[in-house]
Amino acid sequence: MFAPVYLDHNASTPADPAVVEAMLPYLSAQFGNASSRHEYGRAARRAVDEARSKVAAAVGAHPTEVVFTSGGSEANNLLIKGAAACLKPGVLAVSAIEHPCVLKPAEQLERRGWTLDRLAVNADGRIDASRFAVAMGRKPKIVSVMLANNETGVVQDLELLAERARLTGAWFHTDAVQAVGKIDVDFRRLNAAGVHALTVSAHKIGGPKGAAALVLDKRIELEPLIAGGGHERGLRSGTENVAAIVGFGVACELAVQRRAALAQRLLKLRGELEHGLRGCGATLFGQAAERLPNTVYFAIPDVDGETLVGHLDRAGYAVASGAACSSANPEPSHVLRAMGVAPDLARGAVRVSLGYGNTAEQVAGFLIALQATVARLQGLTAMAV
Amino acid sequence: MLKLPIYLDYSATTPVDARVAEKMIPYLVEKFGNPASRSHALGWDAEAAVEEAREEVARLVNADPKEIVWTSGATESNNLALKGAAQFLAGKGRHLVTVKTEHKAILDTCRELERQGFEVSYLDVRDDGLLDLEVFKAALRPDTIVVSVMFVNNEIGVIQPIAEIGEICRSRGILFHVDAAQATGKVVIDLAALKVDLMSFSAHKTYGPKGIGALYVRRKPRVRLTAQMHGGGHERGFRSGTLATHQIVGMGEAYRLARLEMGAENERIRMLRDRLLKGLSDIDEVYVNGDLERRVPHNLNISFAYVEGESLLMAIKDLAVSSGSACTSASLEPSYVLRALGREDELAHSSIRFTLGRFTTEEEIDYAIKLLHDKIGRLRELSPLWEMVQEGVDLSTVQWAAH
Repeated sequence: MFAPVYLDHNASTPADPAVVEAMLPYLSAQFGNASSRHEYGRAARRAVDEARSKVAAAVGAHPTEVVFTSGGSEANNLLIKGAAACLKPGVLAVSAIEHPCVLKPAEQLERRGWTLDRLAVNADGRIDASRFAVAMGRKPKIVSVMLANNETGVVQDLELLAERARLTGAWFHTDAVQAVGKIDVDFRRLNAAGVHALTVSAHKIGGPKGAAALVLDKRIELEPLIAGGGHERGLRSGTENVAAIVGFGVACELAVQRRAALAQRLLKLRGELEHGLRGCGATLFGQAAERLPNTVYFAIPDVDGETLVGHLDRAGYAVASGAACSSANPEPSHVLRAMGVAPDLARGAVRVSLGYGNTAEQVAGFLIALQATVARLQGLTAMAV
Repeated sequence: MLKLPIYLDYSATTPVDARVAEKMIPYLVEKFGNPASRSHALGWDAEAAVEEAREEVARLVNADPKEIVWTSGATESNNLALKGAAQFLAGKGRHLVTVKTEHKAILDTCRELERQGFEVSYLDVRDDGLLDLEVFKAALRPDTIVVSVMFVNNEIGVIQPIAEIGEICRSRGILFHVDAAQATGKVVIDLAALKVDLMSFSAHKTYGPKGIGALYVRRKPRVRLTAQMHGGGHERGFRSGTLATHQIVGMGEAYRLARLEMGAENERIRMLRDRLLKGLSDIDEVYVNGDLERRVPHNLNISFAYVEGESLLMAIKDLAVSSGSACTSASLEPSYVLRALGREDELAHSSIRFTLGRFTTEEEIDYAIKLLHDKIGRLRELSPLWEMVQEGVDLSTVQWAAH
């Protein structure tokens, strides 16, 4: 039994040993309910407060701007639906390449009288600036554009977009779950440019699943998604998941400490990976755009993505054929469709997302396994023809 | 060696059982895959662990695993059940029925539904804390779509007549939701027999981790809900969001242990609770809140008359107890649950909830009894009211001067 080489960090990451160690006391002796007034409760409250400060510090926000949720999906739902509930229906603009947990709530609002504007991207996966300006002319009330895409890793120029959105008076949200820990994310600077809310998730950055945060400019009025008890300033009720929140705090701290060196190291690995992929005849998606240092999204013509990742899994390499959440869906990626990629090529899409534990040897090994698999699959195709 | 403060607040939250924590850890470290990842073994292993846990949760309550939907906790389950059902059935009717002693997660959700145009009846309970079935029947209307009644009350531990309410609801085609956050591991729950359509569960009240819960959604007859969280379509579209594998595994193990051990455990806890009650009953003017028979063995809620509640809590700092539920204990308001029982403010104010659990010992109970005897005696010595009562003055006849 050998451990597979994990190259799917955009789907989820292992919790860092330091994160697990920090969580353990809250899964044993420090078990209080943070709302209890006795010492067990107060200890839990202190732990939640400390974690809140760490999460805030990691993204350049104030602790009072951090609202803990059960995950990135909930944070995105809370912002989109919560803000809409406090406004009269109007135009809602979200990029066409958003994660389903932004797109689906937006489609829900469409059923309740909102007009949904899907912001177009160009062939590189970047928001098309001139079409964005036109969309802003329709005076949206809520705009949501992800900072970095989970499939392509393409990073948007948010400050520029937010500046352009500013005159509309819209609430501007960004899903930054894939960006934190990989590129610099500074809510104060983004906020100054006109971004009002930002989502960050623990399990994408070496923290546990089950904790995330919506970082929120307090001018935004939100209706909570989950009522009952008034936790998190009334924006999110429910007993705090203390252990996961503590883990989230430590993961944020580590992500900031490691980011610069890690990004540099991953960029080098990504370069080697891309060099090898080109040698296999791969098409790299979004390669002309600024991308996360850890993500490579590619397709090899006439090789089915699902089949390829299946073979790679058996060879000991865990990669993804699309976003994890929609992997069960055999339709080609909505992100590639928005980029105008031909469906046949899109069906070949494979995502490699590197992380803290990956090494140059692993990348080299992956390329060898890939070459062998591709040769075999193409050989089979040739025989079938 | 006695560890202070002594934890007697198991209804606020329970420690994670060491056996549960042990099962969770590998899913944080080496088995960390996203259960939604379809392309590699790490994802499949996580998914298999999630499904095994789902079976354990279903087994404790005699349901089908396909009827269990993961959520982030009972509060979310309650929100999903009430809003999801009401919004789905809005075309059929707009009236809901619940009880004044429900948890805030129900009451606040009902308030929100009222703002959305629904109408909610909040029923009184009898002075023993139980719902009167005649009062209940009288509240039902042709346009009633959803009823929500908790299984076990979080403050006074009384067990509502869920089976009877279920029969009434089913016969009238009304959806019945039950908040069972305080019930799992304490009372037998048989969803094959109970006519319950939706039931909320929590892990952290039953020695599992915080941050995970479930909603039972009956399949036969099929219950449909409007989803409240949208995204990747996890949990058959009922609830999107990456599943927190380690927490789910923890809930499964906690519920498995509850199923295996609740029989013996509840007898042990009942003996400790009775020991506590007996030890306190020789103090004058103590009143048990809520029915003692139709009650979980873990709970003892007592009012100590002529003692000021805040001073009492300060005086017994060696005991980690609460004066209401944890969620509302930040406020100094007397418990709305006790007021619904008809307790006047003074008695509601001087109440303490003792909730016992898996790790409570006889030694801890004896320490608590001795401490309470000592402190209540001392606080009453300082109380002018107590002095008047000792002199035979009927306080209800006293004309108080206004200040």
